[in-house]
Amino acid sequence: MKEIISVKNLTKSFKTGDSELVVLNNMSFEIEEGDFFSITGRSGSGKSTLLYQLGLLDHPNSGDIIIDDVNVTSLSKEGRTKFRLKKLGYVFQDYALVPELTAIENTVIPLLMQGLPKIEAYAKAEWALKKIGMEERLHNLPNQLSGGEQQRVSIARAIAHDPKIIFADEPTANLDTETADKVMKTFLELNSQGQTIIMVTHEPEYARLTKRVIKIGDGKILTDGKSEDIISI
Amino acid sequence: MQKQKTKFEDLLISVKLGFFLAFRQIRRSNKTTTALIIFIMTLTFLNLVVVRGVLVGLIQGVVDVQKEIYFGDLFISVPNKKDFIENSPNIIEIVKNLPWTESYTARYTYGGKIEGTYKEKVNYTDKANEAGATIAGINPEMEDKVSHLSSKVVEGSYLTSDDADSVLIGAYLLKKYLEIESSAFQTLENVDVGSKVRLTIKGNTKEFTVKGVLKTKVDEIDLRVVMLDSTLRNMIGRTDYNVNEIAIITKPGTDPLVVKEALLRSGVGTTAKVQTFDEGMPKFVKDMKNTFALLGNIVGSIGLVVASITIFIVIFVNAITRRKFIGILKGIGISSRAIEIAYVFQSLFYATLGIGIGLLILYGFLVPFVEAHPIKFPFSDGILVAEVSATAWRVVLLALATLIAGYVPARIVVKKNTLDSILGR
Ligand SMILES: Nc1ncnc2c1ncn2[C@@H]1O[C@H](COP(=O)(O)OP(=O)(O)OP(=O)(O)O)[C@@H](O)[C@H]1O
Ligand SMILES: [Mg+2]
Repeated sequence: MKEIISVKNLTKSFKTGDSELVVLNNMSFEIEEGDFFSITGRSGSGKSTLLYQLGLLDHPNSGDIIIDDVNVTSLSKEGRTKFRLKKLGYVFQDYALVPELTAIENTVIPLLMQGLPKIEAYAKAEWALKKIGMEERLHNLPNQLSGGEQQRVSIARAIAHDPKIIFADEPTANLDTETADKVMKTFLELNSQGQTIIMVTHEPEYARLTKRVIKIGDGKILTDGKSEDIISI
Repeated sequence: MQKQKTKFEDLLISVKLGFFLAFRQIRRSNKTTTALIIFIMTLTFLNLVVVRGVLVGLIQGVVDVQKEIYFGDLFISVPNKKDFIENSPNIIEIVKNLPWTESYTARYTYGGKIEGTYKEKVNYTDKANEAGATIAGINPEMEDKVSHLSSKVVEGSYLTSDDADSVLIGAYLLKKYLEIESSAFQTLENVDVGSKVRLTIKGNTKEFTVKGVLKTKVDEIDLRVVMLDSTLRNMIGRTDYNVNEIAIITKPGTDPLVVKEALLRSGVGTTAKVQTFDEGMPKFVKDMKNTFALLGNIVGSIGLVVASITIFIVIFVNAITRRKFIGILKGIGISSRAIEIAYVFQSLFYATLGIGIGLLILYGFLVPFVEAHPIKFPFSDGILVAEVSATAWRVVLLALATLIAGYVPARIVVKKNTLDSILGR
């Protein structure tokens, strides 16, 4: 399989006062296209930080990230925004839907931003919502939807424009077990259709469902693979 | 070239998406808040236009009444050190034959004395009920065409050509119309319509009946006694028919300077002073008009600043409370520009509606109302001056201020780091 992400010597640190906290220390790894890649580790180990670097929401101190043959670390701010729009999709822990937009309107904005004609954009958004089983709730505002439904809308928004990779930071953390299971099921289905997904989770049972699990700590990858002892964090 | 085009297309997409976001945000926003913001915009607009309009209109009222009652579009008067316009009959003939003349009136004036209630005077030593006045002789019909003087008769009635023994008396010559108590102003007591008055002009004394009282709000006129031109001519022995004032109304659309030129070319300037209304308007009136316009503009500017700050705060609060969503939109690849445009659209929406309602109130109600019921200032009938050009200019100004006041806070918030915004840091 072709690799979709290649990380080389990635370092990210934060300055707080006089001290410097190195969160990611010279990290290197690859992620294959079609993978369901989960990042685990203790709280504060840098899972989110790593995801933001890979997802172009933050800028590393040094190192290179190559996504789909583009060295994204050298992109301009505008270039990064455009890259995110075209190739990446995001699912946040707290759904992050725009409150005054209905389910379909939330889903359609990235498509409109890409310059798709209105009819085509709406058709695609509807398709995405159907795919995650939300076709009944197209015209509901976020506050008229349950947490799980909102999270599924946010997944629809993430997949509507056919991104190369979906990033999800603890997408099930705010949900009860039953709803979380549903969301996980949606991810697994998408992945089985070839969608690359990178997910941060601290829940072993969900990490266990993914194809590859890395555990990070002290700025390094502690383990990489899929053995029980990794997963049981 | 290719790059230019894609940039334009990018902008177009951002504008469309900005509109999409703005429209939905307004539609699903709190209706009361929206109504309040629009109300503020309407008030600001009216403040911008009406305050200046009333201040300027107040002076414009003075100017207009001067022009209507006294001066006309052009005014021919006695040059310095002369007592009358020499060669008047010729000049009148020239005026009459000018192609631009709509109407004109020639007036004789002479200083004199008016005395009332002289029959009731018991002792020779009693203080006389008298006042000095300018006596004007007019042709009632021609005068009325120029100055509509008949409409300014507040008591009694206007003169006709048969009224050789009647006069109109200016309100300021009567005590009951001049409330101030001053020894500098001589006024007549107990003189009303129908009273007999005695006029002494150039040593000749003659008795007249008061036919009406004039109140024009032009001091010059309100201190006059008006009679038929033939009567005054006889009393002062002006057998050469030389007059003191000629007021001319020109046909609509005439440039008064062109008429003045023509009059001067005909030699009128050798025996008379020719002024257009603008030239003749007293300097203090001009100064006052400019001062009041400036004052109005200052008040309006303050209003403009207040409106700008209001919009700024509204948009800023809106954007800052939605900072997380702005971050998310940026995170999923929506351009900063589209988000900024969304806020600009929002503030323009407030401005457009506010200004629209303001215009409706202004031209649909205020201007026609004030025109029908002028504000009664003691020295003029104040109107509301709101020329379309001046209003349009203020509309643009307010829209522009709103646009900037919407854009700046949006930009401040949108510029914040995307990840920090998403995480609420
Ligand atoms: N902007 C920042 N400034 C300073 N320190 C930061 C910043 N962002 C993260 N950190 C620190 O970096 C470390 C890693 O944070 P990160 O959010 O990536 O952890 P995490 O593994 O996602 O934890 P959790 O499981 O609690 O979400 C933490 O110690 C955190 O305090
Ligand atoms: Mg985290």
